[in-house]
Amino acid sequence: MTESVTSAPPADTRAGKPFLEVKDLQVHFPTDDGMVRAVNGLNFTLERGKTLGIVGESGSGKSVSSLAIMGLHKGSKAKVTGEIWLDGAELVGMSVPEMRALRGQQVAMIFQDPLSAMHPFFRVGDQLTEAFLVHNDAPKAVAKKRAIELLDRVGIPSPDKRFFDYPHQFSGGMRQRAMIAMALMCDPSLLIADEPTTALDVTVQAQILDLMKDLQKEFNSAIILITHDLGVVAKMTENVVVMYGGRVVESGNVRDIFYRPEMPYTWGLLGSIPRVNRSGDGRLKSIRGTPPSLINLPKGCPFQPRCDYQEHVEGANCSTELPELLQIGQEQHRVRCHIKSEERRQLFTEQIKPSL
Amino acid sequence: MSTTTSAEQTGKEVAGGELLLETRGLQRYFPVTQGIIFQKQTGAVKAVDGVDLSLHAGETLGVVGESGCGKTTTGRLVTRLDEPTAGSISFLGSDISHLSRAKMRPFRREIQMIFQDPFSSLNPRQTVGTIIGAPYDIQKVKTETGTKKAVQTLMERVGLNPEHYNRYPHEFSGGQRQRIGVARALALRPKLIVCDEPVSALDVSIQAQIVNLLEDLQEEFGLAYLFIAHDLSVIRHISDRVAVMYLGKVVETADRDELYNHARHPYTHALLSAVPEADPDAEDARERIRLTGDVPSPLNPPSGCRFRTRCWKAQEICAAEEPPLMQIGAPGHQSACHFPEERDVV
Repeated sequence: MTESVTSAPPADTRAGKPFLEVKDLQVHFPTDDGMVRAVNGLNFTLERGKTLGIVGESGSGKSVSSLAIMGLHKGSKAKVTGEIWLDGAELVGMSVPEMRALRGQQVAMIFQDPLSAMHPFFRVGDQLTEAFLVHNDAPKAVAKKRAIELLDRVGIPSPDKRFFDYPHQFSGGMRQRAMIAMALMCDPSLLIADEPTTALDVTVQAQILDLMKDLQKEFNSAIILITHDLGVVAKMTENVVVMYGGRVVESGNVRDIFYRPEMPYTWGLLGSIPRVNRSGDGRLKSIRGTPPSLINLPKGCPFQPRCDYQEHVEGANCSTELPELLQIGQEQHRVRCHIKSEERRQLFTEQIKPSL
Repeated sequence: MSTTTSAEQTGKEVAGGELLLETRGLQRYFPVTQGIIFQKQTGAVKAVDGVDLSLHAGETLGVVGESGCGKTTTGRLVTRLDEPTAGSISFLGSDISHLSRAKMRPFRREIQMIFQDPFSSLNPRQTVGTIIGAPYDIQKVKTETGTKKAVQTLMERVGLNPEHYNRYPHEFSGGQRQRIGVARALALRPKLIVCDEPVSALDVSIQAQIVNLLEDLQEEFGLAYLFIAHDLSVIRHISDRVAVMYLGKVVETADRDELYNHARHPYTHALLSAVPEADPDAEDARERIRLTGDVPSPLNPPSGCRFRTRCWKAQEICAAEEPPLMQIGAPGHQSACHFPEERDVV
């Protein structure tokens, strides 16, 4: 096995606590069909000015985790356990009013579909100023000035006129910009972007991603970027968490994930995507089967029913024993797999890499 | 409008098959009216405005562009779910552009469609067996083995469990539903399948499964695909030839690798450079063309070249004169630009 066996949550070695630390987060939803185990023990840390990508298929628990950080499961039937530390404050145990004071102020979110995330009856300007007025004891004129400033900053032409428009008068790209402006109204230190560009065209996507990067530099905010698009991850993030069946199966810095991945699911993901910069002959390496049901998660490794590399496992049973998320090497690269690390590396260089 | 037909110049070298589909100056304007009783037309949304495409048997033509560029409308016109306001569509030599429903019916056997959203394109009240068997019923086709057996064979072929014949669509996942859609399109052994964003609603791993399935079926049954998508990577993977559309017009068309390696139209450049690559080092090293603004409204498209409002090369002539699709570079490579790019990107 690897030399340092650390199953503990990733600890930051620098002085003091990391800006955001999620420890053993679990989110379960009781339903008539049984307990939906959406997130089962999520750990990660994030510093200001950095971007963390959370990658996974639908139903892997990536959106549910982000909603937990926003405290949006409070008041629902969801059972949230674990710890979320944001700048010294613990969010899971926080009361609803406390969380409300934080939300929009320190933590803000950009949703996937700006058309359904904005209220169709209210003017864009009013929706922008709302959070600002809640959190700041300031006159409306100040809020309006700030909103127009931000609309201008995100690249909406004639923002002083557009301030009075309704969401339907905006195009898809403009709505997404307005959402970003809305999220930035109170200078949040943590921005969660849940599939921020999935509904957009490539040229607009490029604009929005560039904008998010610029704004991050300007405001030094931390960003959690949830997406299934590996291209967006490669462009935007420093660290990546790959989720599958409500668990982290691999995490590390972006280059580890793209150039030295060790988990068969990550290999599958990388092989599944057609590349725009390469001629597309040959078949895509798809992953057979479908993601597991979160009600009946496989007992052992969540990826076991779809994994093609089980014969390389020695001394463990993939279908009954859940592999631990173990650190490999010196960096923060962690992998959840029963195959020995040297063998995984060999498999990757010999079998996977040539076909990527 | 270009008078050169891309069919004569391109198709034959690419795929040896017969000319299956050809559109000339295809046009679809949606009228915009005012008033309730005495409606008068106040304008038109020029969704498709003069599109020439050609497709040979066994070939895949990718149509790519941003939302609102008319790619879906083109697909609907080709399948005659919609009627063109001008221009012609010929399928195997016969003009189908204005055929009535009844006269269109025999052609429907040859032209089928796979839709984008596997959740809304299947009737929730029908079983999978009924859905996949519907083409046999409608076309009154008797199969040798009986409809049920034929449907089950199809289900097996597309990777569904034939025992699920009596299940309803809601019991299937997104990828499986898309397989149902593929089986339905395949039922009558068509020559041409129009795929309208068939994989964009699916997860990456499932998307790869469906793309592989479509490729296998093409090989097995000699299908031709008109593959409409906004994802340039998928288009590159699956297409033999690619047409790039912008605001109702084809701005560039070429063989796949020619287009991706030696794009000449500034819009194609911009599109290609906007796609993020799944490669962090390449991402850092890349220089990017940043397009500003959105696609103009097709209600009132810009004069001359439609891309000029966002183009960094635009000059006076671009506003005055519309550039025709002209042969440039390799055979079959056509580009509609007054100032085509010389250098290659990506």
